[in-house]
Amino acid sequence: MTEFLQHLVNGLSVGTIYALIALGYTMVYGVLKLINFAHGDVYMVGAFAGLYISRGLGVDQEPSLAKAGVVFIGAIVICAALGVAIERFAYRPLRQRARLTALITAIGVSFLLEYGFQLPPVIDGEVPFPPGPTPRFFPEPFARVDFEPFGVHISNYDIVSLVVAVGFMLALQYIVYRTKFGTAMRAVSFDASVAGLMGINVNRVIVWTFALGSGLAAAAAILVAGSRPSINPLLGLLPGIKAFVAAVFGGIGNVQGAMVGGLILGLSEEYVAGYLLSSYRDGIAFALLIIVLLWRPEGLFGRVRAEKV
Amino acid sequence: MDLPKIILRSAVPLLIGIPILWIFQGAVGGPGGTETAMAVILMMAGINVILAVSLNVVNGFTGQFSIGHAGFMAVGAYTAAKITVATNSLEIVGIPTAVSDQLIFLFAMVAGMAMAALMGLLVGMPSLRLRGDYLAIVTLGFNEIIRVLIENTEFLGQATGISGLPKRTNILWVGIAVIVTIAMAKRLLGSTHGRALLAIREDEVAAEAMGVDTTGYKVRAFVISSAFAGLAGALLVHQIQLCTPRSFTFIKSIEVVVMVVLGGMGSVTGSVVAALVLSFALEGLRDVQQYRMVMYSVLLIALMLTRPTGIFGTREIWDMIPKLRKKVSS
Amino acid sequence: MRYARALVMALLAIGGAAGAGCKDKEPEKAAPQTAETKTSAAPASDTIVIGHVGSMTGNEATFGQSSDNGMKLAVEEQNKKNGIKGKKIVLKTYDDQGKPEEAAVAATRLVTQDKVLTFLGEVSSSRSIAMGPVADSNKIPMISNSSTNPKVTKDGDKTRPFVFRVCFIDPFQGTVMAKFAAENKKWKKVAILRDVGNDYSVGLANFFTETFKKLGGDIVDDVSYKAGDQDFKAQLTKLKSKGAEAFYVPGYYTDVALIARQAKELGIKVPLMGGDGWDSEKLYEISKGALDGSFFSNHYSPEDTSPQVKDFIAKYKATYNSVPDAHAVLGYDAANVAFHAMETAKELTGPAIREEVEKTKDFPGVSGKITLNKDHNADKPAVVIGIEKNAPKYAATISP
Repeated sequence: MTEFLQHLVNGLSVGTIYALIALGYTMVYGVLKLINFAHGDVYMVGAFAGLYISRGLGVDQEPSLAKAGVVFIGAIVICAALGVAIERFAYRPLRQRARLTALITAIGVSFLLEYGFQLPPVIDGEVPFPPGPTPRFFPEPFARVDFEPFGVHISNYDIVSLVVAVGFMLALQYIVYRTKFGTAMRAVSFDASVAGLMGINVNRVIVWTFALGSGLAAAAAILVAGSRPSINPLLGLLPGIKAFVAAVFGGIGNVQGAMVGGLILGLSEEYVAGYLLSSYRDGIAFALLIIVLLWRPEGLFGRVRAEKV
Repeated sequence: MDLPKIILRSAVPLLIGIPILWIFQGAVGGPGGTETAMAVILMMAGINVILAVSLNVVNGFTGQFSIGHAGFMAVGAYTAAKITVATNSLEIVGIPTAVSDQLIFLFAMVAGMAMAALMGLLVGMPSLRLRGDYLAIVTLGFNEIIRVLIENTEFLGQATGISGLPKRTNILWVGIAVIVTIAMAKRLLGSTHGRALLAIREDEVAAEAMGVDTTGYKVRAFVISSAFAGLAGALLVHQIQLCTPRSFTFIKSIEVVVMVVLGGMGSVTGSVVAALVLSFALEGLRDVQQYRMVMYSVLLIALMLTRPTGIFGTREIWDMIPKLRKKVSS
Repeated sequence: MRYARALVMALLAIGGAAGAGCKDKEPEKAAPQTAETKTSAAPASDTIVIGHVGSMTGNEATFGQSSDNGMKLAVEEQNKKNGIKGKKIVLKTYDDQGKPEEAAVAATRLVTQDKVLTFLGEVSSSRSIAMGPVADSNKIPMISNSSTNPKVTKDGDKTRPFVFRVCFIDPFQGTVMAKFAAENKKWKKVAILRDVGNDYSVGLANFFTETFKKLGGDIVDDVSYKAGDQDFKAQLTKLKSKGAEAFYVPGYYTDVALIARQAKELGIKVPLMGGDGWDSEKLYEISKGALDGSFFSNHYSPEDTSPQVKDFIAKYKATYNSVPDAHAVLGYDAANVAFHAMETAKELTGPAIREEVEKTKDFPGVSGKITLNKDHNADKPAVVIGIEKNAPKYAATISP
């Protein structure tokens, strides 16, 4: 039983991260119908932004909650700016084109970030920039405290992650369904050109969507790096794919879908590795996904849109 | 057109191509069974051409979005590798060893294609009713499942893979495979079958309303594409004499998708040119080590921004020159 | 007009490709000349080119770059000592992005275009296996720095004549740790956590299992992870209740550091064991003491007082501002074995150098005295290193 609960805790902790990253995919997809392939790498940049800020503040000497807050907000701001820049220079010129075109530039941006961060250092320092391929230690933003209720190990990091992630999701849910901006977003998602005719500034909606999605990726990155403190330029590769899978699984373009998809993927991976065969972990996660998709082709929460000629 | 004529037209490229390849083989091959770098690079580029053109059948002609091409490559590669390794010491009675080896290799390639096609059918049948990104996820998932299965199967050598494959791939084989692939794609595009695929790409609902069996055509396109991916896989592993799951990661699939989109969706010559451009560009950049992939990604972004429909769009190379177009079409 | 523009674009693209193509053609044109001068009038050319194929980018870039750093240092030193036979050495490094097919192409380019006399690499066995046939068919010796799979130097049952390595092989390292666990530590129950996608990890785990069972031990569970994962708690939670006295985690430090931390967070108190893939200062920086009480097999001990080791560590630190890991050490040794063979070779040709590499005996490398056996593998004792107070401490030496 203890083991079962421990798996539950672990699975939730991984699942919330997938969910946070999946939200970024799903929001961008919702408004642009574009798979933002570079999203996983924005997540990676978030981790490094956090690292540089922590170094600047001297978090490793004396961690404090205030500094942790600065690191967190700083990384989110940097990534939001990066997301906006990517949208402006790589995606906007191609918006009227076939969707696959933008996908290729997305892949290009993804490679550029991954391999750009692996280049030899230009600015020297304790952690140079670019950091190179060697893994770097991410200083703990605040002191770690472990709890052990019923023999299940939980740390304050797990709790903070969960609280922050759920908080973000609720905030997002509120933004999308209760605010004017959210209404504009949904309108753009439904039909961008008609939304434009209705007086919605489509470009601004898209820019903000990118900023929000990228900010969430940065938040996820800091939450992960705080408790799993080894970061490298290819950090975003696996979580990026898995979060994408989670987003599609939940019905891409759907906010609740991304959350539920992320949690289910995290938990199913955890239980597959814990009780079945760990070496088939990724394979089984994908097999599960395929079965669900064949059963519900639009994902768990996706809406089937009637097709007209 | 009657059957003999069709066969003749399909055979013409091979009849012209093989002697040229033969001469070429002599020209770029090094002495005593060694290979010059140019020969190896050409073979790798050729394999990429096969991959790009075959994926174009699904992604370009039919407008479906598959990103699991490397999975089918793996199926073809492992099938062929198992056959050539098992028969390495055997030979067909009554013919010289060299000929027998090549015949066995041919058989292995065909078997690899068949196995990949079968896998394409198994994956395609249920999943092709999914659209767009959902299909992408299924193919990506299939790619990963294949890799996980190989890594866990002792018979397939797990992570180390199958080593000690005989050296069989050469310029001639790659060249023939490239010609066959391109001829297949061109013949397919010109046929009723190809028209149906294009109709599906342009508007699936309309195509269905016109009486096109959309699922059937999509599955067939998928099977053909998978078979040629298997061929490319078989050629690749008999070039490097090693078959490991590391050659068939989803990154490889992505690389092929990039070639297809860069060349222009649905343009056969576009795929060929893009595969060649990217293969040679990457090779030329090998010297710059860490900067290589950075320059590659910048090239990719710049090309897509300046030519959003790919190098050729949906057109072929001869469509670009009005005079030539008249000749080809007449 | 539209077509004309499209045509121009297409031509530009093709031109770009051709330009890129020309880049490789140029050295090819130049290379035969140097080759001619080398064979006909050797003194005319005053440089010797040696090659390195490594993953300078990709998942394993950190290992490839470490190896390259080690090799560069060796080249620099040798050039300071007036090179080889009065000729300067030039190291030509090609990136393979961690792909076997790219490694094969890169090796072919080194041999046929750049006319290298020896080439070094790779870290991963699958890439070295792909390079082996190139060395053999072109009769140019290849010295692998850290590929540990037995198949690297083998072509079926035969030993590849031109392929060598300066590291020990999986069976040996797996056996060493099994012996250490069963005999020195008297452990009876061990659980294994392996990286299923990595031939190195799988090899070590298999040979460990074999020997440990032979010595009367019991493998209570065998689970796997995937390199690059950030979370290993699922597997660790599973292993926790199996009552193992130690976990064998043959993998790279990039993952092991996180595994150790997460094991500690889950309240797992048993020591971990591993192989030379653990050797890096990053292991201690990231695990922050979570590995105290653990052991791993390695080529050398950092406490080794031999002048070679001290000298190398000091030089490496001065040049790259970091402590060398196992890959850097082996890269350095591989290059030096090659230089030594070139020095003693009668003439500077592939086969002549090969003869000398094969004769390598008691070569004083940083990773220990290197003697190449009949299978072209290095015979050298392994050192078991314990981790105490987040620092490596010599524990035992186990001979082959």
